[in-house]
Amino acid sequence: MTKRMDSSDRRKRRPPIVLVVLAALGLSVFVIPLLGLLARTPWSDLPALLTSDVVLDALRVSVIASLGATAISAILGVPLAWILARVEFRGRSIVRGLVVLPLVLPPVVGGAALLFALGRRGLIGEPLNQATGLVFPFSIWGVIIAATFVAMPFLVITVEGGLRNLDPRYEGAAATLGAGRWTVLRRVTLPMIAPSLAAGLALTWARALGEFGATITFAGNLQGRTQTLPLAVFVALESDRGAAVALSLIMVAISLTVLVALRQRWWGEL
Amino acid sequence: MTTVGLVGAALLLTACGNAGNSTDNEILVSAASSLTEAFTEMETAFESANPEIDVVLNIGGSAALREQILAGAPADVFASANTSNMELVVDAGDVDGEPVIFARNRLEIAVPAGNPGGVTGLADFARDELLIGLCAESVPCGAYGRRALQNADVIPAVDTEEPNVRALLTKIEVGELDAGIVYETDVASTDGGVDGVEIADDDNVHADYPIVVLAEAPNADGAAGFVAFVLSDDGRAILAAHGFVLP
Repeated sequence: MTKRMDSSDRRKRRPPIVLVVLAALGLSVFVIPLLGLLARTPWSDLPALLTSDVVLDALRVSVIASLGATAISAILGVPLAWILARVEFRGRSIVRGLVVLPLVLPPVVGGAALLFALGRRGLIGEPLNQATGLVFPFSIWGVIIAATFVAMPFLVITVEGGLRNLDPRYEGAAATLGAGRWTVLRRVTLPMIAPSLAAGLALTWARALGEFGATITFAGNLQGRTQTLPLAVFVALESDRGAAVALSLIMVAISLTVLVALRQRWWGEL
Repeated sequence: MTTVGLVGAALLLTACGNAGNSTDNEILVSAASSLTEAFTEMETAFESANPEIDVVLNIGGSAALREQILAGAPADVFASANTSNMELVVDAGDVDGEPVIFARNRLEIAVPAGNPGGVTGLADFARDELLIGLCAESVPCGAYGRRALQNADVIPAVDTEEPNVRALLTKIEVGELDAGIVYETDVASTDGGVDGVEIADDDNVHADYPIVVLAEAPNADGAAGFVAFVLSDDGRAILAAHGFVLP
């Protein structure tokens, strides 16, 4: 991609004005709420708000939980994507439907479902609790599980897309040259789908960071233990609007920085 | 999310009320969430006595309702679950006349049916091995609950602070929490889904519910009529049936 070609292209074909207007309106859908947030920001109190216990605790819980959920999604989601992309089996479309279900399900429903499955009185949670004493709700593990449930689909569908677009002849060539399946996966497949994997990880992490409904339903809300940034915003909105705005700004800043940086680093060619 | 939804719904409702020319026969009542069942019954009873009038309920957390009123939402009546939210509206000069306490609620400990944690009183809230829930401090039930615990000199081992009393009640009902502090009316509303454990009178806290006609009420006469109905014997009977203590 060169700048000269770009600009001469642009001069030759000016985008239709209707398209530009609609695109600007489309952009304003995202920008106007941010302006609202900035307009309500108590700038002078901001340093104190940003270093308050509530904010720092929520930041810590959010970072741990979103990274934990992303790691679990990578470990479990990449194999799932590989199976979906490469193995023909009956009911594959049903499995694919199940994987993307959390994308359309209201997160609160997901949280309730998790509670009924993994809660202390849940289908699996009760025997697990009796055997090991583990309790997921009201713990950081509950937050990580809730975030994984809503975020992992992003990783699976992105990586599956990458695998489907990958020419299988590269892997075939490596295999005929004597590489075992594991080596092929590690040395050929994964490096070639690196952009999709990176994009999937970024989306998964961003979704995990913003997760609210499933978390408050399944993991509860306690400062320093399960209260993530979105939960802290929700609670603060009714009592301390300054803190709520400060927390929101942190979320916007972190997410935007990471997404823009990743875009430049990995998605440039896409 | 629910708060935002409710605010949105309320704005829509009030916008419709404004746009129509029906302010003479419509009464918009902003009422606290814990009044949901009682005020729905009030609405039905009032409308059957006054068929030409349409009571529209705008249910939400008291703090959220207060914010709407202070922002100029054209409601006729405000019924709050605590006096502090009402005072803020009074201080802003948004009321017509003095707020009247029309109901009281008392706190009660809610435990899952069968009381698996063996909870007998507020002192059990300090037991670390139990899963304990309270309402968040910003909602009235959270503030009252903490006051009751303070009265009993108990430092609770809290495991979650739920955003509203109904969310707390649900987690107790499904057995994920061993105990939480809710209103007596909430325990009654589950029909046996949770068991109630009484809080000693010395420690218990009364929640006062004030009601008032708003200064900017588009339908001031209707609003006064509805408030009078809530304070009447018929209104009191409805409140009592839902477990409220009458002043």
